Amino acid sequence: MLEVQGIHAAYGDVRVLRGVTFDVQPAEIMCLLGRNGAGKTTTLKSVMGLLPLGDGCVTLAGENLATLPPHDIPRRGIGYIPQGRRLFPELTVGENIEIGLMTRSMGKETREWVLELFPRLRERLKQTAGTLSGGEQQMLATARALCLRPKVLLLDEPTEGLQPSMIALIRDVILKMKAEGVAIVLVEQRVDAVLQVADRVVFIENGTSVKTATADDLRKDPEILTRYLGV
Amino acid sequence: MLATLEGAVIASVLVLTAMGLSIVFGVMRVVNVAHGEFYMLGAVLAWYVSSVLGVNAVVGFVAALVLAPLLVGLIAAAADRLILKHLKYDPDRTIVATIGLLYIIQQTTLMTFGPDARPVAPPFNQRLALPWFEWGENGLEMFWPWGLSITSYKLFVIAAAAVVLLSLWVLITRTKLGLIMRATQQDSETALAFGIPVGRVYSVVFGLGAGLAALGAVLVVPIQQAHYLMGADPLLLSFIVVIIGGLGSLPGTVVAALLIGMSDGIISVFFSPTLAKIIATFLVAMVLVWRPQGLFGRAVT
Repeated sequence: MLEVQGIHAAYGDVRVLRGVTFDVQPAEIMCLLGRNGAGKTTTLKSVMGLLPLGDGCVTLAGENLATLPPHDIPRRGIGYIPQGRRLFPELTVGENIEIGLMTRSMGKETREWVLELFPRLRERLKQTAGTLSGGEQQMLATARALCLRPKVLLLDEPTEGLQPSMIALIRDVILKMKAEGVAIVLVEQRVDAVLQVADRVVFIENGTSVKTATADDLRKDPEILTRYLGV
Repeated sequence: MLATLEGAVIASVLVLTAMGLSIVFGVMRVVNVAHGEFYMLGAVLAWYVSSVLGVNAVVGFVAALVLAPLLVGLIAAAADRLILKHLKYDPDRTIVATIGLLYIIQQTTLMTFGPDARPVAPPFNQRLALPWFEWGENGLEMFWPWGLSITSYKLFVIAAAAVVLLSLWVLITRTKLGLIMRATQQDSETALAFGIPVGRVYSVVFGLGAGLAALGAVLVVPIQQAHYLMGADPLLLSFIVVIIGGLGSLPGTVVAALLIGMSDGIISVFFSPTLAKIIATFLVAMVLVWRPQGLFGRAVT
């Protein structure tokens, strides 16, 4: 589905990615693990075209995304849930959802489907997004990305700073999307949360993908985690 | 009374011009120093259009009202594509670039249309007499119709500005384009990640801002005259308004434009225009000292 081949990227002169390679298939959850500053968030941004690629390529179902203008990348069916949610804080909940729907010209049906997944948001459609609680903001960020009816979903630390019940809810939605055949890329700090849902894991170290392991590998050999993460 | 109406005319034109500056800054974080020149260009093009079609004052004026802001908007959008985009909208470099743009537009206008001040005939201009009461030798006297007066055109300017302002508000709060503009303003990177062509939005916004300045100018040319150096004053006043109102805050811009425009009109009539400018500038200094985010602005957290 989505293939990332040896990508390099930099913020100005600071090179952050030096060859990250992974792929994700439909109905699969692929996890990016690594220490702080290893380049996980940068990898997702590069996929979205928010940072220019220095080298390497990103293809979605065989189409090269790097040659597209950045605003066309989400229109190919990639939903992005950025780190820190990045809602439009002064727009209402309804307007934030509207932005998501506009990306791929989705209609009322999709809106209903998303509000069905997060009934809490329906109660707050007129409220400005910035005044929601952390958990509700995460729901909205997720809802906004699902409004694209994505083929690929990129999640950047979706459980950061949330209470356990909210984490469970987000996890359920991720698993539901997996069951519907969405290819999911998950960036997560909490290793225990990852091991519950991931099918495969890619370890990123200093901007380079160093190892790919399946969930089974990790269960059999927890040593791998210690080696790459030091936990 | 008369002073208030004169002030309202100044305020109406100022509110459109300042709104253009405010929208551009709000969405793009670009301080457009060439804004006054777009205003000037609007006025000069209004003269050009109405004199080319100069059969009849009404036809010429209506054509100018439509064509001049449109042309200026297109020129501004092109300037955005050609210049600002390549500077990646860096706040410092765009200031320098728009200063350059200011001189390019000013001198091109001088070379093309010459240095003369050009009048535009107003489409209608009846003198409307206003009653005036005064306690005189014979008790309370009324002076009418040869006391105070205003022209119907000046009332039209006030009404037109109100209509434009209202449509702008509808555009921003009720339409898809407005939603896209607000989303881009709040987080352009995330907007890009949701398929909003941020570059195109910027061009539209820059064109819209310049078009608003041009519209204000077209309204004012039947009262003042079009001249290639007329851009400096509205630029200064717009900056004053936008700073007092709070950079990027649209309600603040409206309130501050009314405040500055009205006080400018009233003080100019009773005292002198220079005093009006002194007070306005003093007000800016006070706002910057006590409330740097502007009256309606929010502090950056």
